[in-house]
Amino acid sequence: MYKIIKKETVAPQVVAIEVDAPYIARHHQAGNFVVLRINERGERIPLTIADSDAKKGTITLLFQKIGKTTEALGKLNAGKAIRDIAGPLGHATPIKKYGHCVLVGGGIGAATLFPILKALKTEKNKVTTILGAREQKLIVWEDRFKEYSDEVLVTTDDGSSGRKGLVTEALKEIIESSKVKIVIAVGPIRMMQAVSELTRPYGVKTIVSLNPVMVEGTGMCGACRVNIAGKTKFACVEGPEFDAHEVDFEELVNRLGFYREEEAEAMKAFKKKKCKGHCKK
Amino acid sequence: MRARDPKIRNKDFKEVSLGLTEKQAVKEASRCLQCKKPKCVEGCPVEIDIPGFISALRDSDFSGALHVIRKYNMLPAICGRVCPQENQCQGRCILGRKKTPISIGALERFSADYAVKKGNTEKTPKKKPNGHKVAVIGSGPAGLTVAADLARLGYDITIFEALHKPGGVLVYGIPEFRLPKKIIAREIEYVKSLGVKIKLNWVVGRTQTVDELFEEGFKAVFIGVGAGSPRYMSIPGENLNNVYFAAEFLTRVNLMKAEQFPKYDTPVKKAKKVAVIGGGNVAMDAARTALRLGAKKVYIVYRRTENEMPTRLEELEHAKEEGIICKFLSNPKEIIGDDKGYVKAMICDEMKLCEPDESGRRRPECSGKEFTLDVDQVIMAVGQASNPILVKSIKGLKLWGGGYIKIDEDGSSNIPGIFAGGDIATGAATVISAMGAGKRAARAIHTYISSLKKVRKR
Ligand SMILES: Cc1cc2nc3c(=O)[nH]c(=O)nc-3n(C[C@H](O)[C@H](O)[C@H](O)COP(=O)(O)OP(=O)(O)OC[C@H]3O[C@@H](n4cnc5c(N)ncnc54)[C@H](O)[C@@H]3O)c2cc1C
Ligand code: FES
Repeated sequence: MYKIIKKETVAPQVVAIEVDAPYIARHHQAGNFVVLRINERGERIPLTIADSDAKKGTITLLFQKIGKTTEALGKLNAGKAIRDIAGPLGHATPIKKYGHCVLVGGGIGAATLFPILKALKTEKNKVTTILGAREQKLIVWEDRFKEYSDEVLVTTDDGSSGRKGLVTEALKEIIESSKVKIVIAVGPIRMMQAVSELTRPYGVKTIVSLNPVMVEGTGMCGACRVNIAGKTKFACVEGPEFDAHEVDFEELVNRLGFYREEEAEAMKAFKKKKCKGHCKK
Repeated sequence: MRARDPKIRNKDFKEVSLGLTEKQAVKEASRCLQCKKPKCVEGCPVEIDIPGFISALRDSDFSGALHVIRKYNMLPAICGRVCPQENQCQGRCILGRKKTPISIGALERFSADYAVKKGNTEKTPKKKPNGHKVAVIGSGPAGLTVAADLARLGYDITIFEALHKPGGVLVYGIPEFRLPKKIIAREIEYVKSLGVKIKLNWVVGRTQTVDELFEEGFKAVFIGVGAGSPRYMSIPGENLNNVYFAAEFLTRVNLMKAEQFPKYDTPVKKAKKVAVIGGGNVAMDAARTALRLGAKKVYIVYRRTENEMPTRLEELEHAKEEGIICKFLSNPKEIIGDDKGYVKAMICDEMKLCEPDESGRRRPECSGKEFTLDVDQVIMAVGQASNPILVKSIKGLKLWGGGYIKIDEDGSSNIPGIFAGGDIATGAATVISAMGAGKRAARAIHTYISSLKKVRKR
């Protein structure tokens, strides 16, 4: 059992929890994720480690309540426990002194980027962070990013915060005006694809963190396979970060939609049923 | 052995084989010739005293029979159900030359089940704790065996398991209808009763490294992490929706209970016409699971013929009885998708058999003809490879064949204190061979730690 120490709503439908997991905290590196299962009947879902405190022995997970499992997870308050958490899984982000780095985060993609930002700053890189969302309310952790980034740009679709428009517009200006060495983009898949298409002609190295369906997350089942430069790779062990310019985004979009009906069914059943307490166990 | 009606059992997940009654068991045991030089024992990877336990059964000494088996085999209820007996003990039985060999597997299973039915709790003599800690990584048959054998000798054992449930392939791979989960649970309870601790959700190499285990005071480490990484064929269409690896398909159902979705949260796609590629136990299990999930037609697509199939004979027979259609000499070459990216058909080459290859099996070759199977789901069961997470995390560990651990006969690796066995050392094999490897490694670990003590005393 892994106890929830703190819970915080950071944006509408977006929750951050700090969980007691000392061994995972100690081994966490930027780019890693965990696989968790809330209770005996739960499914195993991957979540990026958004922050960790090795001394305190905790990890922070940030998630958007979009499916049955995340809804149920969002209902667990501090003091309650999560049944299973395994990790840290996946490759660490390649961190070194690059020069000027640009991080592009869409919505809760910021969760993945935050440890990367901290690690890049430890290596004395110059980091510009672009956070994008539909509206101001959905921008996550702007204050934390401001604390570490050299510069933070916010873009919203409706102009309610920062500049009105898409992250790619802001990114394009930066690439054209500065010698950007690497772009790391995490967020909705179409956003990552758009960033990838934007940077390709400039030849700027671009990394994205993919979020395919996973089962156990340790390379045993192949559920998470993605197509990278025409080759099948298991995202849970060989990723989840890949060179954006090699990712077959269309295939990933298709595979991500595979269980849509089941997800809707589970959600409907969950909303209808008054929990008899098993989700809290 | 008695089995449930194929038309009923192919719709549920309850166990197919019913086992022997007391009367049948005694009768079967009485057929045994009690050979002086028993061939069956030679065929057994752990050399169980087969005439010995059969002789006890003949005298209706059922617990005596189990006692004999237990000396050699930690998991008789499991092995009685899943061992490929026709290639091992039973395959060597003298009676088999003229008539039917003794059903040794069924008798082994009977002995183990009988004790449980009668509520006999086995008492195992345990030595007093010697204070030496040994870490066992992976809770499959290899890991469970090492843990039990060393615990009995007084060692302080912790098993580290990556998943949320112990048992390895026995829980996430082999389906309920072939090996009920309660049997595995019982064996695990037995191992725990010896004082063995099990840490779940512990991905060694990531959650903790092997070096850190040594720093924590573990004197030796046994690696039994299996060969759990699915192989693929690299044919077009492999990543279409509704193409599964057998490992994923079976894990969803066995470990996550997807057949009970939405009561359990993990879904699995139920299809109407399913093609399962492969000819081993994994393929049989996937095919029969698909059938039980409601598929109308299930094909096994195998590139050689029935004679070359590596599956247990009983599984193939059961599969056929249940209505599975075998397409032999068929080699998939492309999976076709519809405009939404879902499987709609599979194209196969028709094969013919030529000269035997390195494995001794006759090599299939294209005959030049092809055919199309109209299916909406494809499950690939074409073999496993080594999982890189742990082995790659240990610096200097000698490997072979792209990721399997190189070990001596006794299970020691090239690094002192690190031992290995089971599928991670041999490549995908069998439950009994993993168990045998565990037994040998337990002896080697005992010798190794004893020698450390001597050095220190000097
Ligand atoms: C579907 C299927 C059907 C089969 N049918 C039969 C059959 O009928 N008869 C037969 O004899 N054999 C059968 N086999 C083969 C048999 O199950 C295996 O040979 C046997 O289980 C191998 O045992 P093992 O202990 O080496 O590894 P496994 O059973 O694979 O167990 C390894 C365990 O280690 C864990 N692990 C992996 N990495 C780590 C890590 N880094 N840290 C901690 N834990 C880790 C895994 O999660 C797993 O639980 C079948 C296999 C499959 C997949
Ligand atoms: S999630 Fe199973 S292999 Fe990646």
